[in-house]
Amino acid sequence: MPKLIVDSKEIEVENGLTVLQACELAGAEIPRFCYHDRLSIAGNCRMCLVEVKGMPKPQASCALSVNDLRPGPNGEPPEVLTKSPIVKKAREGVMEFLLINHPLDCPICDQGGECDLQDQSMAYGVDQSRFHENKRAVENKYIGPLVKTIMTRCIHCTRCVRFITEVTGCEELGAIGRGEDMEITTYLEHAMSSELQGNVIDLCPVGALTSKPYAFKARPWELRKTESIDVMDALGSAIRVDCRGREVLRILPRTNDDINEEWISDKSRFIWDGLRTQRLDRPYVRDNGKLRPASWAEAFGRVAEKVKATNPERIGAIAGDLAAVEELYALKDLMHRLGVKNVDCRQDGSRLGDVGGRAGYVFNATIAAIDEADAILLVGTNPRLEAAVLNARIRKTWRQNKAKIAVIGERADLTYKYEWLGAGADALGALVRGENDFAKVLKDAKKPLIIVGAAATARADGLAVLSAAAKLAQDLGVVNDERNGFCVLHDAASRVGGIDIGCLPAEGGLATSNMIEAAATGALDLLFLLGADEIDTQRLGEAFVVYIGTHGDRGAHRADVILPGAAYTEKSGLYVNTEGRPQIANRASFPPGDAREDWAILRALSEIVGQKLDYDSLDELRAKIYAVSPHLAEHGVVLPADPAGLDDIARLGGKLEAAAFTSRITDFYLSNPIARASKVMADCSALRMGAERLVAAE
Amino acid sequence: MLADKDRIFTNLYGFESPGLKAAMMRGAWDGTKGFLEKGQDWIIEQIKASGLRGRGGAGFPTGLKWSFMPKQVGERPHYLVVNADESEPGTCKDREILRHDPHLLVEGCLIAGFAMRAHKAFIYVRGEFIREREALQRAVDEAYEARLIGKNNKHGWDFDIVVHHGAGAYICGEETAMLESLEGKKGMPRLKPPFPANVGLYGAPTTVNNVESIAVSGTILRRGPAWFSSFGRPNNVGTKLYGISGHVNTPCVVEEAMSIPFRELIEKYGGGVRGGWDNLLAIIPGGASCPVIPAKDCEDLIMDFDGTRAVKSSFGTAGILVMDKSTDIVRAIARISYFFKHESCGQCTPCREGTGWMWRVLERMARGQAHKREIDQLLDVTTQIEGHTICALGDAAAWPVQGLIRHFRHEIERRIDEYSANPAPEPALVAAE
Repeated sequence: MPKLIVDSKEIEVENGLTVLQACELAGAEIPRFCYHDRLSIAGNCRMCLVEVKGMPKPQASCALSVNDLRPGPNGEPPEVLTKSPIVKKAREGVMEFLLINHPLDCPICDQGGECDLQDQSMAYGVDQSRFHENKRAVENKYIGPLVKTIMTRCIHCTRCVRFITEVTGCEELGAIGRGEDMEITTYLEHAMSSELQGNVIDLCPVGALTSKPYAFKARPWELRKTESIDVMDALGSAIRVDCRGREVLRILPRTNDDINEEWISDKSRFIWDGLRTQRLDRPYVRDNGKLRPASWAEAFGRVAEKVKATNPERIGAIAGDLAAVEELYALKDLMHRLGVKNVDCRQDGSRLGDVGGRAGYVFNATIAAIDEADAILLVGTNPRLEAAVLNARIRKTWRQNKAKIAVIGERADLTYKYEWLGAGADALGALVRGENDFAKVLKDAKKPLIIVGAAATARADGLAVLSAAAKLAQDLGVVNDERNGFCVLHDAASRVGGIDIGCLPAEGGLATSNMIEAAATGALDLLFLLGADEIDTQRLGEAFVVYIGTHGDRGAHRADVILPGAAYTEKSGLYVNTEGRPQIANRASFPPGDAREDWAILRALSEIVGQKLDYDSLDELRAKIYAVSPHLAEHGVVLPADPAGLDDIARLGGKLEAAAFTSRITDFYLSNPIARASKVMADCSALRMGAERLVAAE
Repeated sequence: MLADKDRIFTNLYGFESPGLKAAMMRGAWDGTKGFLEKGQDWIIEQIKASGLRGRGGAGFPTGLKWSFMPKQVGERPHYLVVNADESEPGTCKDREILRHDPHLLVEGCLIAGFAMRAHKAFIYVRGEFIREREALQRAVDEAYEARLIGKNNKHGWDFDIVVHHGAGAYICGEETAMLESLEGKKGMPRLKPPFPANVGLYGAPTTVNNVESIAVSGTILRRGPAWFSSFGRPNNVGTKLYGISGHVNTPCVVEEAMSIPFRELIEKYGGGVRGGWDNLLAIIPGGASCPVIPAKDCEDLIMDFDGTRAVKSSFGTAGILVMDKSTDIVRAIARISYFFKHESCGQCTPCREGTGWMWRVLERMARGQAHKREIDQLLDVTTQIEGHTICALGDAAAWPVQGLIRHFRHEIERRIDEYSANPAPEPALVAAE
């Protein structure tokens, strides 16, 4: 372990660190623009120059390894100075150069108040300008509907280029021209295609790349910041919701190395305009085929009337993708008290959770384990659409560990190379029988992963697929005494939590697909939809539908009574991510109009139908939940599931069909009711679908 | 004066054929197999003993550079890259080698490649050198045909030479930018360390050498290091191609001994300064990036690494630009400044932003539209660029300006005074044209 002296403080650091990292460990602050922990080192901004004793020139600390430092003549540790006059002069010089061609338009710049250049020029710059020539001006570029460019402000740190190239794997952004004429562009000014492109806004240290939908909306100091959890996919990425008054104005990522590092997908970031439009802000009831506004009392009365008149066997309840554990529990509890067995939180129709316990439906290895994986098999999942941030992580391990990746399912562009083993479940069967070489790759790998998409288990042969994957995992040592590499990748934020608390059909009850079938044939008279919009609402026959949710979407259109609920930014809710990690999403603002938190709606309804739920506050409700599922009380922690459950799954067997696996998410940008209400998402979707149509027509 | 028998580049002026047969008659490819049989260490020792310093500008000892290559070939092959991207204004020596004596270079590649255990060499030819590349390619083809290089050649060391044509960017003459360009990327210099000898072309150990350094190696082995080091002063030995351009009566490229007095060189080969020695204003001794040397320092100037260093300039590539008293020195340096601004790759901040700033200020100073305090400010800007960049282009851009201010501050001040005395002179006659 190399030793060095930073500003007369001696420290010992790990091999391979850069001098910049070592200086930070020693407590010295090093300004930087181009350097970023998670990107490759460019060393081009020259802001991080430090003086190294014995070297004639100041050195870029971000690009200098501590192992390359030479000890002094008598073997004393190398000495790094971060506050010497040479360093001060160098920083002032670089800062001056950066500013000579940077416009002084801070008052109209969206980055103002959170700009690295602004901050660092206050700390390391000089207070007057010596530059009297004309400043450079650069034309703005179109790079898509999400990222706004004001290219005159660009300081050429190339963070955006490196992010797009390295992390997202879409080599669309680059620099043309040279010298001071260098410009960042997508070459032919087409839109970027990555699902993670919004992150360049955060990466840009100046106001060159800013958020297009958020443009000129607010100043950062006006915003109330709430730390929360994203529900657009099953990862539970850490986010920060920024509000002014009741309005959510933007969503930013927070750092959580276990889940999203510091990226979020564009859907998570730009969904916020969907929180305002198409909102259900008061109850509705259907009269003569038309919905009309009603009071809570009237709407509840309608529902109670129907409940009392219906045999519990002819009642069903389906929960959607965005529901928090609290309302799922309240729904299950209420149905239980009413004697209803037909409850299901898996609106996609999957059978996860039916057999084998927790190990059979969570991402056992944890997301962070992808970093170490050396072989990955993806079964029936398109992680780029189902969990874009996780896909970037797979790409990272593909780049850095040279991990071998194989796919059974859709042959999509996942931004990394993989071996395609087949489209349907029969390819999985072939793998289990050892008819494919990739089985050997998995067997020889030190840290293999098998990732099964939730959608793959929603087919008729879903349990057989799950069983075959579990058997493969056991046969090839993907699951052993030390580690469990069998992973289920969910595509909905509510799913694991719902299965955890048993929001599933009771003994003899109907699952989602059976319920829809029953409704279509008239065997089900009353159906509760808790934010369930991804089912075929046109096939519900004559059933009386009660919709509890946030947006006037598919479910609400079919509903006979609408009870307006709260979106994920408007309530404190417990979400369990695909790893089985419970996290609390905090309330950032309030539901609009008469809308209420979903659990409270169910609680109020229970009283009217005469089956009062015995909790009056969120705390009491959570206490109940924790009593049933104690692991949910451990927020932020993944408790390993018992892999013994996989034995039961592996024993199931079953016939594997040749039909191709499909992803449930056909349009990444419009996969839930909030997204479908968002104009920004609609624009993105039109762009992508339009582009795809063009290609197909060629 | 260097005797004809001691010249290495005996066909420098193209009086004879550059072809293989003629080259062999002049001595190329003579005894090459014998050198290879003596082993890598022997070759490197000979080159070290000859005192050959890199002819590309920095003057790093060539033998030492070769010895940095790993002694064992590991996972990746070794590569030799020859820098024929001769783009510095005022430098035109490699061009003559490529045109008229290419076989010396091809032979040198084999020797150098063998010495550093490389089976492949890339010669990166400047984009504008069309005929030169053709001449070189002909020579390479001839050598392949005669089984001097290639698989199972006469010398028993499999060796391939790829002639790569650049696209005309000055920065690609920087060794790591050249590697990037060869790999098909934008020609932007890499961060060092790691140095190319460890991680070079395609991540493999690589040595980048100037054309002249490689081309002389065959003759050094043939005639012995003692012969080579008998020319010039200690630490500055050997023969050297000098390019003499500018305000001399007969501009030329000539091979001479190192450490020749500047005046002798100019008078003997350049036909003297236009209008006589007293008409000399200043010179730039080694290509545009070297600081100017005023006439008073040229009197006793010795043309070698140490001689030019003594007058705070540098030897560079020995491409001498002579300027007589008709020269507008401020405009001349402003033009050089424009060149560096134009050729800056744009990667790192000080060079990208600073070169443009310097050029714009100098343009104003050339017209006298500046304040005297801006002279010191300009000097300060050059020190903010120098030494703060990834590659040496930042330094190269700063030095000419520093040289100008060091020696011709009075000239800049005179113009400023002149302009401020009469800021709006009679309209120029240009408009009447």
